[in-house]
Amino acid sequence: MALSLSMYLNPVVLASVVGACAAWVSPAADAEQGRLIATGGASSIEGGAGGGIIPWAMLAGYDEQGEWGGNAFATHVDLPDYTLDVVGAAASYGNRVEISYAHQRFDLGSLVSKLNLPEDNLTQDIFGVKVRLFGDLIYDQLPQVSAGLEYKHQNDFLIPSLVGAKRDSDVEGYVTASRLFMGAAFGYNVVVNAGLRYSRANETGLMGFGGDRRDTRSVLKEGGAAILFNPHWAVGMDYREKPDNLSFAGESDWADFFVGWFPNKHVSVVLAYARLGEIATLDNQNGTYLSVQGSF
Amino acid sequence: MGRSFWLIVGLSLSLLAGCAQQPAKDDSLYQDLGQRAGIQKIVEGMLLHIAQDDRIYKYFAKVDIDRVRDKLVERFCVEAGGPCTYTGDSLEEVHKGMNLSRSDFNALVEDLIAAMNEQHIPVTTQNRFIARLAPERGEVIEK
Ligand code: HEM
Repeated sequence: MALSLSMYLNPVVLASVVGACAAWVSPAADAEQGRLIATGGASSIEGGAGGGIIPWAMLAGYDEQGEWGGNAFATHVDLPDYTLDVVGAAASYGNRVEISYAHQRFDLGSLVSKLNLPEDNLTQDIFGVKVRLFGDLIYDQLPQVSAGLEYKHQNDFLIPSLVGAKRDSDVEGYVTASRLFMGAAFGYNVVVNAGLRYSRANETGLMGFGGDRRDTRSVLKEGGAAILFNPHWAVGMDYREKPDNLSFAGESDWADFFVGWFPNKHVSVVLAYARLGEIATLDNQNGTYLSVQGSF
Repeated sequence: MGRSFWLIVGLSLSLLAGCAQQPAKDDSLYQDLGQRAGIQKIVEGMLLHIAQDDRIYKYFAKVDIDRVRDKLVERFCVEAGGPCTYTGDSLEEVHKGMNLSRSDFNALVEDLIAAMNEQHIPVTTQNRFIARLAPERGEVIEK
């Protein structure tokens, strides 16, 4: 399952991933895709529909009542000392419930030789479910409010356990609200998102869950906003507060600034600048984020 | 970073408040859509797109399309703040029995956007117009 980074960066492979998605969705071309373009969002690194580093309240795909929708995606984050690769998929039904899966692989890069580490990468599997509780992204009086649960399993627990992480799997929950404000910024549509997460994941779980400093879950703020310059182009940012459970290193809050392109309801591409700060003692982990998604 | 988060939320909210739409008392949207002639082109373009739209063509297959066009032009003209009177029936009455879905509504919005693009209506003007139609969804769907 773990694909190497060079594969993602190779444009031929990228094109064939996109092509494969397009070919794969064509049998489902009669799927109605009843929602407006871009309202399926991008794929967050944990698999559910969202911005880049957090889930938003919209659900994956373009399904409305009585319809199915979904997507598959690949994301590559290139940091000064590390890389993060994610592949995953999500499906949703009736614009009501979404299930998602993501596999994350975090390559430890230069840290391996520096600290003489026994392994050169950390991987994690994330299973998510998200339910739209009420409201609508665009219509209705109330914003779209969704709640989600994520079960995460860290697969290489040796390193996290050595630095004080308490367990290799955990469940966390979040509530998030999203709303599109029509013409709100200089006449352009704006989507605003805010959420709360209840979690003790270290570096989203790649470094295990709970730690020597704190082993209980914290309430963490998340949020984002995007301007839609037209139905196909969005520019925005995401912010994610993170806990600080391990004493061996600080853990920074994360932010990203993205450009999203939705040429049609089958493909989208997000390019971002990710500010991930300090990760496992190495500071200034700020770099590029590229995500490609195929929807059906 | 917690503080900067709320700063950003606060900023975006004040941005929203600052730029919020004026109520429909002026006719600038009517002007920006090209007055009655422009609105007629948009409505006709929308109906042409609907005619090729497998998702919702079925609803329009047997209607008196000239009447629908004329009433839609009047209606859109009024929505845009123009000097027109709507002489059609109430939205609820017109769409009763069709049991239109949320997807049907979005399909029509997509056909409307396509027609406005063809008339080179700027995105910001399109947004203002769609913002006036969106609240009417409840009178149209699931009737
Ligand atoms: C806010 C959105 C909408 C507005 C403002 C609107 C407005 C109108 C108006 C003014 C008429 C003519 C009324 C009359 O003849 O007195 C009409 C008729 C009609 N509308 Fe809509 N409409 C909307 C959404 C939709 C949608 C989403 C559909 C289907 C996908 C639809 C299907 C029809 C049909 C089939 C007729 C003809 C009915 C008949 O003559 O028997 N409308 N609409």
